Amino acid sequence: MSELTLTLIKLGFLAVLWLFVLSAVSVIRTDIFGTKVQTPKQPKGEKKPKQPKGGTRTRRVRGAPSQLVIVDGPNAGQSVPVSTEPVLLGRGTDAAIRLDDDYVSTRHARFATNGEQWFVEDLGSTNGTFIGSQRVTSPVPVALGTAVRLGKTIVELRK
Amino acid sequence: MSAPGSTPTWIPRKRRTAELGLLLLAIAIGIGSYAAVGLGLDGSVPPGIYTVGAVYAIVALGAHVAVRRFAGYADPVLLPLVVALNGIGLVMIYRIDLGLDAMGSPYGPFAQGQLRWTVLGILMFVAVLVLIRDHRRLQQYTYTFGLAAIALLVLPILPVIGNAKRGAQIWIQLGPFSFQPAEAAKIALAIFFAGYLVAKRDALALAGRRILGVDLPRGRDLGPILLGWLISVGILVFQRDLGSSLLFFGLFVVMLYVATERPGWLFVGTALFAVGAWFGYAAFGHVRERFDAWLDPWSDPDQNYQLITALYGLGHGGLLGRGWGEGSPELTPFGFSDFILSSIGEELGLTGLMAVIVVYGLIVERGLRIALTCRDAFGKLLAVGLSVSFALQVFVVAGGVTRLIPLTGLTAPFLAAGGSSIIMNWIIVALLLRISDQTRRPAPEVSTISGDDETQVVKLS
Repeated sequence: MSELTLTLIKLGFLAVLWLFVLSAVSVIRTDIFGTKVQTPKQPKGEKKPKQPKGGTRTRRVRGAPSQLVIVDGPNAGQSVPVSTEPVLLGRGTDAAIRLDDDYVSTRHARFATNGEQWFVEDLGSTNGTFIGSQRVTSPVPVALGTAVRLGKTIVELRK
Repeated sequence: MSAPGSTPTWIPRKRRTAELGLLLLAIAIGIGSYAAVGLGLDGSVPPGIYTVGAVYAIVALGAHVAVRRFAGYADPVLLPLVVALNGIGLVMIYRIDLGLDAMGSPYGPFAQGQLRWTVLGILMFVAVLVLIRDHRRLQQYTYTFGLAAIALLVLPILPVIGNAKRGAQIWIQLGPFSFQPAEAAKIALAIFFAGYLVAKRDALALAGRRILGVDLPRGRDLGPILLGWLISVGILVFQRDLGSSLLFFGLFVVMLYVATERPGWLFVGTALFAVGAWFGYAAFGHVRERFDAWLDPWSDPDQNYQLITALYGLGHGGLLGRGWGEGSPELTPFGFSDFILSSIGEELGLTGLMAVIVVYGLIVERGLRIALTCRDAFGKLLAVGLSVSFALQVFVVAGGVTRLIPLTGLTAPFLAAGGSSIIMNWIIVALLLRISDQTRRPAPEVSTISGDDETQVVKLS
């Protein structure tokens, strides 16, 4: 085996090794930017809305909720603006809206977003958080206008 | 959905074909380096290349099929990265076997055993994917895993099965098999910490006072961190295992920080670590030896022979390396396990070693990304814990071999020879893929229910 062949094998191996690393990086890259969005009424040429990823704060997603409204219960009519921060609901002073509802716990439920979707999460409340007939046990996605019940209070996300 | 078209519909991509492509490249790297070792050492392709290559390719593709079948939405990059590392490690061990054989050394061979452990590790990987269909099930067994971790850590100091080798009492001996329970304890501890912190994080995060702009936790909440510290000091004292001690404590501090979002824990943790390190330096001869070897290895060349040959090996490799089979990594004692990174540095050079380190970095990046996108707190913390333990381990090994930090004795994940390490790291990857599958799977449809009356807890009228 000549010296030259061995050198070529050595350099070729290193090249393939880095080719592997770079193609892994490119798969990761398409994984970040390549998620397909189905927006029925959007023209083909228009740029797809980029989703906020990682720590950078980008502009709000089209169709994202802008406020959390109390539809029914003692505080009916009150609302709180939402952006990307989680919203805490309960009777405690650290809640976004202090609910005067005896059937609501101090820290009852939390609305949070991952940048794409809003989720409601029950924080171990006594009387539970319900979407329809289902009790919320783990974070559950909520769409615009979905009624979420906490005690006697009903809240929903609106545009 | 109240307004059609207002909420974008997400089509999650599985990317399984991309995974297959990367996996084939990773297998090619493994088999190619095996062939290159034969060509470099004696000018011909090694005799068993078809059988060994076939075994390796079949188990790796089997893992891919298992992921396709049981975790269809899982991260596409993790498996190929891990297969590539495992292949490079196997070939390096085989190459050092040949070197040791030529030297007439009594050690070895290790490659056969390592290949068997790899196959077993991949079988465990598939078993975890099949058996654990939802990682949240593990949360129910939080305290069981905590107890298991402590039991595993205590095993090596028990009289009959405990087994001291090379100054550290971290092995257990069961008949012909020796096993390093700390590797399994790492996973059990990550699960325990994740489950414990999900339940307790509010108490740990909300109470406290502010000193010098840093939120410090309350005195009574320091209990768990002090316990974690005591456990790691206990490992240091009774098992003389610097690496595991550092790994467990670092893992715990980082998970506390992630769970509570309070940097105060990092300050407390660093302070406690400094105290522990000073105590270790003052009380133990072997810690002092490691420290002195780090500061000036040439002051005692006989004592620090291993580290010095490793450094010369890295220098011998240079930028592009000697090429497979053309260096002399067998001169470094334990060049196939603790010092495998310096062996790789010698044969593949800085270019190859950097590629290996980038692959490690990408594995950690995928782990942290899985944590970021995970929807439930337990999965988030578990993914953070597993990837941070992986990162810490690589940092401690690579830093020790390159003399950035004092040498401690952990194994380079997936590369170094050692059955318990290989198997447990495959299990870690399976757990990460399981969490990732849950995370990337499309969220279940939520139907808006019009009538609330039947579920109304309190009748209003």
